[in-house]
Amino acid sequence: MTWSFAILAALTLASAVAAMTLRNLVHCALMLMVTLAGLAAVYLQLGAQFVGFAQILIYIGAVAILIVFAILLTRGSEPPRQSIFSAGWVYGVAIAVAVFGLLSGVILSSQAVTHELRPPPEATVRQIGIELMGKFILPLEVIGLLLTAALIGAVLIAMREKEGKTA
Amino acid sequence: MTPLPFYLLLSASLFAIGLAGALTRRNAILVLIGIELMLNAANLNFIAFWRYGPNPSALTGVIFVIFSIGVAAAEAAVGLALIISIYRHYRTTNLDQINVMKG
Repeated sequence: MTWSFAILAALTLASAVAAMTLRNLVHCALMLMVTLAGLAAVYLQLGAQFVGFAQILIYIGAVAILIVFAILLTRGSEPPRQSIFSAGWVYGVAIAVAVFGLLSGVILSSQAVTHELRPPPEATVRQIGIELMGKFILPLEVIGLLLTAALIGAVLIAMREKEGKTA
Repeated sequence: MTPLPFYLLLSASLFAIGLAGALTRRNAILVLIGIELMLNAANLNFIAFWRYGPNPSALTGVIFVIFSIGVAAAEAAVGLALIISIYRHYRTTNLDQINVMKG
């Protein structure tokens, strides 16, 4: 384990815990941005440059900003008076701990997880573009259609309803 | 270079943190943030297995993560639109108070 990975993992996990436990929702969104940036750095470390920069552009640039807008539009920036956790939070934490225990047990005992190191694979933007336009052209078109439909649907759902009649 | 199990353990921890947040927080937006964390944990697994897999030149892991990021962006847009619509109706995003399902 290298130092850079240890620092990145600690930063990512600490900011993820902070994003889930802080009281002010705007602080939670900012901590989410730190988590996503840490993950992008881990992608870069693993040799997936295109995915790392796409993560920064899409998640930090678009999704996190969208979440901040939603927080401000719903007046979530005012800290709540009551507890931020729901009544049955003990069960939720217990389920999460059980899932983590199961996953880590399987990971540590698996024979399929290789420990050998191979030379880093080449994943240039040129190769990814050729693959996207060749072998994966149908999924690319489908995801374009999905994004169009989802964004039109989002606008329609969030549009203000007219008085007396449904939009 | 870091061995593969460390990346998988990081991904499992992120998934567990996101799951705990999605199950315990009262605010609907925080539940959505938890779901985003879980999706990102899955993406990290894809990239790690692609890097350490037997055939990394196939680029399957990278392409899958690119599509996964696209689907997650669509999910976030629709989810936040629903939350804004619910807020307009109930004047709250507290999930404990949104317990009526009729129009």
